[in-house]
Amino acid sequence: MKKDIVLGGVGGQGILTIAATIGTAAVSNGLFLKQSEVHGMSQRGGDVMSNIRISSNEVFSDLIPEGKADLILAVEPMEALRHFKMLKNGGWLITNQKPFINIKNYPELDDVLAQVNALENHIVIDADGIAKDLGSVKAANIVMLGAGLPFIGLEVEMLEDALGVLFGRKGQDVVDLNIKALKAGLAEANKVINK
Amino acid sequence: MQKAVLLGDEAIAQGALDAGVSAVYAYPGTPSTEINEYILRSKEHRSGNVVATWTTNEKTSMEMAIGASYVGKRALVTMKHVGLNVAADPFMNVPITGVNGGLVIVSADDPSMHSSQNEQDSRYYGKFAQIPVLEPINQQQAYDMMPYAFEMSERLNAPVLMRITTRLAHSRAGISFGEKTKQNELALPKNRKQFVLLPSIARVQYKDLLNNWPNVIKESETAGYNKYLDGKDKSMGIITTGIAYNYLMENYPEGIDFPILQIAQYPLPTSMVQRLYDECDTIMVLEEGYPIVEEGLRGILDNGKTIFGRLDGTLPRDGELNPNLVAKAMGFEIPEINDTPEVVTARPPALCAGCPHTDSYTALNMVMEQHGDGRVFSDIGCYTLAALAPLESINTTVDMGASITMAKGAADMGLIPSVAVIGDSTFTHSGMTGLLDAVNAKSPITVMILDNFTTGMTGGQQSQATGKLEAICEGLGVEKEHIRILNPIKKYHDENTAVMKEELEYNGVSVIIPRRECVITLNARLRAAKNKKKLEKANKEN
Repeated sequence: MKKDIVLGGVGGQGILTIAATIGTAAVSNGLFLKQSEVHGMSQRGGDVMSNIRISSNEVFSDLIPEGKADLILAVEPMEALRHFKMLKNGGWLITNQKPFINIKNYPELDDVLAQVNALENHIVIDADGIAKDLGSVKAANIVMLGAGLPFIGLEVEMLEDALGVLFGRKGQDVVDLNIKALKAGLAEANKVINK
Repeated sequence: MQKAVLLGDEAIAQGALDAGVSAVYAYPGTPSTEINEYILRSKEHRSGNVVATWTTNEKTSMEMAIGASYVGKRALVTMKHVGLNVAADPFMNVPITGVNGGLVIVSADDPSMHSSQNEQDSRYYGKFAQIPVLEPINQQQAYDMMPYAFEMSERLNAPVLMRITTRLAHSRAGISFGEKTKQNELALPKNRKQFVLLPSIARVQYKDLLNNWPNVIKESETAGYNKYLDGKDKSMGIITTGIAYNYLMENYPEGIDFPILQIAQYPLPTSMVQRLYDECDTIMVLEEGYPIVEEGLRGILDNGKTIFGRLDGTLPRDGELNPNLVAKAMGFEIPEINDTPEVVTARPPALCAGCPHTDSYTALNMVMEQHGDGRVFSDIGCYTLAALAPLESINTTVDMGASITMAKGAADMGLIPSVAVIGDSTFTHSGMTGLLDAVNAKSPITVMILDNFTTGMTGGQQSQATGKLEAICEGLGVEKEHIRILNPIKKYHDENTAVMKEELEYNGVSVIIPRRECVITLNARLRAAKNKKKLEKANKEN
């Protein structure tokens, strides 16, 4: 088993939490992990990305080679496209449909989504809407994690446990909300896959 | 065994704690900050068993660590690569004093300048100071090396430099922990003159340092961190340094036939390098950073075997390595890669919504309009982002503290008014001394100290300046009536611009302090208070 995942978003959108959840789940299930991320200046409202590599064998490089990612998982549609060159032939691109607009020259959303839809293997979901229905728009990142789950190579229970570890100190209600968000995202992705 | 998921920085911190470190000193700087943050969160520190603090700058950090070593305790000092420039004075001298307790210096380099103004390679400093350098190849090795680093430091009577780079510092992996070592007892140096670098003593001890060098090379050959991995295809031998090994192996999932010399410790192990050179027809050098190994191998005349690396164009001369660059260097065809769609637009970093700096700069921009462009000297921090649109307020950023001194130099040459803009933490780091120069010369400069009560860019660490700025400025001789405090919010825009105008007209040193808490630390503080209240309520109900 070997999965290379690129996470994309904007600083503050919670991609490092997605990364931490996958990382915790992978390592507690005996897998090897390398998960690199960006800190410092580039975080201030700029684009943020994380490389996650999990494998049953030793992982060498902290960075995924270009053209080798199995999955691009993004909490923002233009940020999904920013990492397009990382995606391997036949890889999946899964993104939240809601744009995060903090620049004046953000492109037309239709143009962004048209690029996403042009890809054979893609899923676009309304993570913010789903999270809001569940009780907090803050869980949109975990909805996206759920949507990526069929391609991450981990079982849903492993991620539930990891969410318990990471959110435990915030209280059981926060853990429960995130587990619901995870499952809702997974269900949404399965709708597309099984179509 | 259960593994912990840690950043490379955190693995180093845990390694130091497990190695019995007693004191940790640091000034925040990407990508090194998370080392001390981890120590500060640790139970060893919170229970009072390990001293750890943020300090005023890297030089004070280094000297405190030398003091801790003097009394026989193990001390760690961490910084980003350019911080080592600030600490270079004690750093260059402590190899000559030697150590008492183990002394380890971590310098985190930032090739490709993700969050830095240059990409200098700290290994040169190790060579310059003539001390052992460790360059772990991955996070686990970074952890494993810490006890060794302290032990070697004490055994060889030498400070040890650990050099890491961004990708190791800011990447997580599963880490297995080793055994814990007890802290050293307090014990003064047996030779009470060991740390007295009077010329007569320094000359003797410098000779000792030089004479000890063969032992340091021997250490590199025998400690086991440098590995000769033999291969049957001798048409090329490969030298990798630090994490470059990983980028190589990424391209050979089924194993590699070329012999590899994997370097993780310096000085270079001479006999291992000799063997690779003798046995192989050509040499490939893969190093993360400047081509320091490659340069040495080529020598001045470069008339030996064919060597591939950064100096002949096989790899780019600048920037960090990655698996694709190494694949190309090794002659692999790169698979076809998707183009980035044209619709993707740059999303540069920007000041946060509600940031006090935005209000300070908006007012300054308005005031500077009448004086013309090119007069605002700035410094290093979040507020450096004002070099970019939409604010475009500042004209320089060179190094920590250079705003005040450059403004003075420009004013000396007749650029009046000249304005310096510096953050609170940067001011106490390296701005205070320059302000004294300006006061002594009665320079017609206006210094804005943006006081947001924190070291913001690196994530909101404690600022040593908090609550002290007026007293410091007054103490340095700035006239009380020319120290002006502003509240940088929209509501006071007109008052603030009026004060700035007044002080720009003053023919002497003025200090303007726009003061408002960083919105990030403010929100974090409010959130923590809310959570605490919620928790207390829940506890009461139970």
